[in-house]
Amino acid sequence: MAVKNYILVCGGTACESAKGDDIYKSLLKEAEAQGVADDVQIVKTGCFGFCEKGPIVKVLPEQAFYVEVVPEDAKEIIAETVIKGRIVERIQYQPEKGAKGEAFDIDNIEFYQKQYRIVLRNCGLIDPGKIDEYIARDGYAALEKCLFDMKPDDIINELKVSGLRGRGGAGFPTWMKWNFTKQVEADQKYIVCNADEGDPGAYMDRSTLEGDPHSVIEAMMIAGICVGADYGAIYIRAEYPLAIERLEVAMQQARDYGLLGKDILGSGFNFDLEVRLGAGAFVCGEETALLASLEGNRGMPIPKPPFPAVSGLFKEPTVINNVETYANIPAIINKGGEWFSKIGTEGSKGTKVFALTGKIKNSGLVEVPMGTTLREIVFDIGGGISSGKKFKAAQTGGPSGGMITEENLDLPIDFDSLTSIGSMMGSGGLIVMDEDDCIVDVAKFYLDFSVEESCGKCAPCRIGTKKLYEYLDKISKGKGELDDLQKMKDIGAAMKKAALCGLGQTAPNPILSSIDNFYEEYRQHIEDGKCAAGKCKDLVRYEIIADKCIGCTVCARKCPVNCIEGERKKPHIIDQDKCIKCGACYDGCKFDAIIVS
Amino acid sequence: MAKMTLEELRKLRNSQKGEMERRDVEGKETHIIVGMGTCGIAAGAKDALDGFLDAIKANDLNDVVVKQTGCMGLCYSEPTVEVKVPGMPDIIYGNVNAAVAKEIVEKHIMHKQMVQDHIQDKPAGDIIK
Repeated sequence: MAVKNYILVCGGTACESAKGDDIYKSLLKEAEAQGVADDVQIVKTGCFGFCEKGPIVKVLPEQAFYVEVVPEDAKEIIAETVIKGRIVERIQYQPEKGAKGEAFDIDNIEFYQKQYRIVLRNCGLIDPGKIDEYIARDGYAALEKCLFDMKPDDIINELKVSGLRGRGGAGFPTWMKWNFTKQVEADQKYIVCNADEGDPGAYMDRSTLEGDPHSVIEAMMIAGICVGADYGAIYIRAEYPLAIERLEVAMQQARDYGLLGKDILGSGFNFDLEVRLGAGAFVCGEETALLASLEGNRGMPIPKPPFPAVSGLFKEPTVINNVETYANIPAIINKGGEWFSKIGTEGSKGTKVFALTGKIKNSGLVEVPMGTTLREIVFDIGGGISSGKKFKAAQTGGPSGGMITEENLDLPIDFDSLTSIGSMMGSGGLIVMDEDDCIVDVAKFYLDFSVEESCGKCAPCRIGTKKLYEYLDKISKGKGELDDLQKMKDIGAAMKKAALCGLGQTAPNPILSSIDNFYEEYRQHIEDGKCAAGKCKDLVRYEIIADKCIGCTVCARKCPVNCIEGERKKPHIIDQDKCIKCGACYDGCKFDAIIVS
Repeated sequence: MAKMTLEELRKLRNSQKGEMERRDVEGKETHIIVGMGTCGIAAGAKDALDGFLDAIKANDLNDVVVKQTGCMGLCYSEPTVEVKVPGMPDIIYGNVNAAVAKEIVEKHIMHKQMVQDHIQDKPAGDIIK
């Protein structure tokens, strides 16, 4: 007899320890005992995330989702769900009601999932190289609507109702941007897509373009219809060869179908696009610098106003949005602004894509409704900290963002809440840190990045980032003074006020957000000359405990600078003057005879 | 092809949708969909793809379509692959190398036996119905 049911038992390591294996075995036993062994197939899976409620057992095709299952539940699962096709309510997951809007609970969403995919609706589902697959999933239906059924004002209104805000970082309402450009009289207007994704650890836009290039192309055309532009450019990093290739293929297919070019679908509307490559300067993600680079000039920002919406590319009115913002738009037009506005929080509608990386078990690309808490992202979706150690902080917004501490784990994330705690949404990088990460070291990493990437045009950023870096460097070497903390705050405050562009204004955020929250850690570096995480090399000492060392010579052989001496079978000694603190001896020692202090 | 009119675009969309539905209802074909974003490829999606093609050839299987798609977002378990076999739930497999690919073809596709330890959860529901 054919298999009717499939039981999936979460076999992630967290659940293994929580008896996933026992559940698997008792399910097998029960299926046998109740005589349905041939009807059901029981499989162990990878980690489902959601480990807090583990172990998890799913039964298909019933879509039963059982949480905190114990081996004793096996009998009931087989008897009820497999034989009678009924859900065991006692262990079935009950969704919590949150602040994320009504649409989150609607029927067609798999109820236990924290993710909701609007931007990534097609990623991982369609072949990005085939326009027909995009069309089959309502692709270019929004274009149709905008060409034939809606007036430009209707489009603006739909966006206004939706509450969509720019996903590039600052969160400016998209409808306003479009409306400014629409209202300006000009012979030529442009549509630009900012795909210059440069934050360390961020790759949301790359994945969107690689997985669903047509959604961005369609949205740019809609912008063109709305504001009266017939030409657009996608500014993308040259480091993204696959995304570029897929965009080019998608554009060619759209041209072949007459969806790009002259007289689109017989409407009289003309629109074409080109892909322009950026050379990888972080500052070119700032819109005025990006436009300068598009014009063939050196990528440096200019003061606003005038805003690009009024005077942008070649001084013409220009709509410039980022990839994620555009990818939302066809869905908003198709399903209505009203629908979109039901997802998210009061001030931030819709979803946000995060690139979840760092010390996280299930790293990945996640899209969640605005208002989801950091705890849900890190622990429910991400499965918690990979090392099993304690959560220390999470950095959102890359070098422009701040560090979010444990006490803010339950804060619903949206544009305004993140700003209120000294961070920012940024483009969506989310880097998780555990106890092994040193806050001073992390802040130094970001400032080093900002020093490198500062375009140098304005003094607050050029000199400010450099000075901040120098203070951090001093502190990381144990030579800092408590006074330096106040000086860093002062410099940071000045940069926030005086820097020319968003990058300079936000560059001190990693320091400003951590100085108070992790004061004790800064103080330890300064007063005690200690780095608890062992990341600041100058403050770390590697020592061999004579009692534990058996003289195996492994450490001496691993040492790249030959600073470990000792006779075979006798305790070895590290020459502290020569030691470069690489940690090779520590990693190599099998007897735990080397300690870091 | 020549430039499309509005009617042609609508016709194409309907026929493509119909095609997908027909596939779901009648379910003759098996689909193997390999996640091939930069991340997947870097993690070895091309090896997995070759593994599937080799195994399909070696077992002389018809009605199996191998396709590519973008990133499914499950970076920790790349390369990821979705397998759709008629009469079975759609399943996402993670950490698929050439050997696992072979196992998926020989067990899941040929004998309707899911492969242990590699199944991942679909990250989210579908908003387009």
